[in-house]
Amino acid sequence: MNTPDAHWDVFLKGLWKENPVFVAVLGMCPTLAVTNTAINSLAMGAATFFVLFFSSLLVSLLRKVIAKQVRITTYIVIIATFVSLVDMLLAALVPDIHKELGAFIALIVVNCLILGRQEAFAAKNRVGPALLDAAGMGLGFSMALLMIGVVRELLGSGSLFNIPVFGSSFEPWIVMILPPGGFFTLGFLLLIFNAVAQRRAVASSVTSQS
Amino acid sequence: MSEQTNISPPPSDTAEAGPMRLVATLGLAGFFAGLLLVTGFVFTQPLIEANKAEALRVAVYQVLQGCASYEQLVWDGKQLSIEPGPDGGLAPVYLGRNAEGQVIGYAVVTEEPGFQDIIRAIYGYDPVSDQIIDMEILESKETPGLGDKIFKDDAFRGNFTALAVQPEIVSVKKGEKTQPNEVEAITGATISSKAVTRLLQKGMEAWRQPILDLNAQGGATGENTKTQ
Repeated sequence: MNTPDAHWDVFLKGLWKENPVFVAVLGMCPTLAVTNTAINSLAMGAATFFVLFFSSLLVSLLRKVIAKQVRITTYIVIIATFVSLVDMLLAALVPDIHKELGAFIALIVVNCLILGRQEAFAAKNRVGPALLDAAGMGLGFSMALLMIGVVRELLGSGSLFNIPVFGSSFEPWIVMILPPGGFFTLGFLLLIFNAVAQRRAVASSVTSQS
Repeated sequence: MSEQTNISPPPSDTAEAGPMRLVATLGLAGFFAGLLLVTGFVFTQPLIEANKAEALRVAVYQVLQGCASYEQLVWDGKQLSIEPGPDGGLAPVYLGRNAEGQVIGYAVVTEEPGFQDIIRAIYGYDPVSDQIIDMEILESKETPGLGDKIFKDDAFRGNFTALAVQPEIVSVKKGEKTQPNEVEAITGATISSKAVTRLLQKGMEAWRQPILDLNAQGGATGENTKTQ
């Protein structure tokens, strides 16, 4: 855990090997619900990152203080506090995005990715690794949401970050910004992700045998 | 918990925390959470209030063309007025004036359940022509791509530029509008469009007469109105 390589691994595993969306398939509610535009995906990713990062910081700092019988309650109190803060900050600073994300901000409290990382990692590790883990997982989640959001907005609205891409002759695929579009896109990206991961596994087993 | 029984803690570090320790942990967590939240609230609340006021201000100017200033009216149970009465509460009605101080119309805020959640809207009403002159959706969680056409579809919004409110506002299918009091619904978003129609109708049922009464008195302050 002390070598730079180990630290790097803790950070990187959230991006690829244990990506919360494409590998662990956690936090599906925001993943499917608010990814109809790239900007919404980005905002949800950033909000989740913020909550995950600061919850991990506190949980790791207090890991010796928090008695294990009340740890879930304490984690939820910590997470809910940061979610409420994010909710207030978004409403104060970017009211339009806050309006778009609606109830899904409050639902970050029950995003199993966040509670999962506290229980599986932050509660057992020192602050440094806990923050690296949170940053990796948060980035991995944001990246996955953004990928889904970009595909859905391009096909469903013909634009990217609200800038028209395809011109006026393009007929938007409305289904892509509706709930089914979320499932289609997620399924498709999971397919690609798994195909790539499988190829890499095969390639690495071939190299290790030779 | 277990009254006077004196159980000594196991020696290892898997020691069970005592009840007081658990209460203290949760109490501390609650205390710090409260502290953080109140700090956040104190800093963001003025901004949030300002954002809401700004959104409403923009909407009032939007639905009352030529509006230069507006004031929120007060409802005392019998009539609308500008001055607060003995037991008057704020009404969701705004009186708009042009640059010369003349009353140019009234903006009314109403809400109604839509397909997903409550739709909140503001609309401009001109008591002289007895028409709705514009409508703006303030809050809506209608289905993206379908129900959200109530505020994205220009053809639907065109319904509200000169909509007669008598005898009542009714919803008709697209392309079947023949009367000035009819609203053409959006194909594929009938529930959302009907909710908007209902919202306007209910707003008018509640506020049309009080607004007409107030307007007959010259906008309550003796200022010139368009009727005089």
